[in-house]
Amino acid sequence: MSKIRIATTSLAGCFGCHMSFLDMDERLVALLEHVEFNRSPFTDIKHCGSCDIGLIEGGVSNAENVHVLREFRDNCKILIAVGACAINGGVPAMRNHFNLRECLEEAYVNGAGVENPQIPNDVELPLLLDKVHPIHDVVRVDYYLPGCPPSADEFLKILGDLLAGEAPSLPYNLLHYD
Amino acid sequence: MIRQLTLNESDNMSADTKQNTITIDGQEIPFLAGQTIMDAALAAGVYIPHLCHRQGLTPHGSCKLCVVDIASKNASACTMPAVAGQQISNNTPALNEARTTITQMLFIEGNHICPSCEKCGDCTLQAMAYHLGMLDGHFPQFFQRREVDASHPTVMLDRDRCILCELCVRASREVDGKNVFEIAGRGTNARLIVNSASGKLVDSELETSDLAAHICPVGAILIKESGYKVPIGQRTFDLHKVSEIGLEKIVLTKVRQPDE
Repeated sequence: MSKIRIATTSLAGCFGCHMSFLDMDERLVALLEHVEFNRSPFTDIKHCGSCDIGLIEGGVSNAENVHVLREFRDNCKILIAVGACAINGGVPAMRNHFNLRECLEEAYVNGAGVENPQIPNDVELPLLLDKVHPIHDVVRVDYYLPGCPPSADEFLKILGDLLAGEAPSLPYNLLHYD
Repeated sequence: MIRQLTLNESDNMSADTKQNTITIDGQEIPFLAGQTIMDAALAAGVYIPHLCHRQGLTPHGSCKLCVVDIASKNASACTMPAVAGQQISNNTPALNEARTTITQMLFIEGNHICPSCEKCGDCTLQAMAYHLGMLDGHFPQFFQRREVDASHPTVMLDRDRCILCELCVRASREVDGKNVFEIAGRGTNARLIVNSASGKLVDSELETSDLAAHICPVGAILIKESGYKVPIGQRTFDLHKVSEIGLEKIVLTKVRQPDE
């Protein structure tokens, strides 16, 4: 039987969810007998092929995030919002209380210790969105895996359920938002 | 025929016992005159989900999580008087789905960023969401900008997390004998305000020892410099479920004066 193909990415996140995924440690070996990774920071594959499961960490904060997220939705049969930022914007969404100019000026112009103050404006930089959005504001999401980050046990539970052909569910003791 | 039956002695006896009991999810529960359904349920160790209710304070009936089904009609258990023979459904899939929706709306209306909140693990709203198995906010986030009041030397007010339950409003009036808090505005403009000339906590009568400073079920009113005294992992809802009865750490010790 061919392996289940998984793609992962981090949008406006901190890669903490990915680090937590790797906390499976030796259990990764057993998992890799059933799954293989497509586009992911784990493989450095740059674009998403046809996949069974897409794991999205982080919210949507710039134009590139939107493109990546849509690529995942187009190529993944099941899309899972992983972690607080993907589910409700999380800590990056705390900038939503201020307008974008205020945020950029605080960081690059008026911030303590800033030298040569200027707002970055390189064509290579993806344009920031006005607000940070949870990913379900942009694409349809099939399942949610809360936590900041979700523990390795949570990843294993939800992937185990899907590998067994069942709808994923989290028991009470694995459900947390921090 | 009916008269004959009620005249029967044994039926009269069962009618007497029924006079003082209600039935919640098939369990017969005694009550005293004047008790609400919530009072009777809590006394019997039966959990009805609630956020704005605290025994000893006037019931408020605003969070609507305690809505139960009484003979196919919905009512808030914390305000509905117990009446003999009530047939009540509480822990049903339909009611719990409605409770989940209400909890999701509370989350998306405020700015509840659990990972950055020092109340995390002690928060009743968060524990309620766990109890109900809430995985996401479902609705679009409001991302409302709300005012933080850090003026008071020992008490912090972060309106981002306020769920307008009015526990602090009632605690201040009914237990502390003050009148520090009020809800102003309506709908999405509803907000917690402070009774002082400047509108700031520092100019109010609030003191650290007041119940109003401690009763907040979420992270809106916090005691400064104590947020991380109890580490994450050892907090109330790390060790207990919200459905356990009698978790309130704060005991209402102050006695209300007759003129209050």
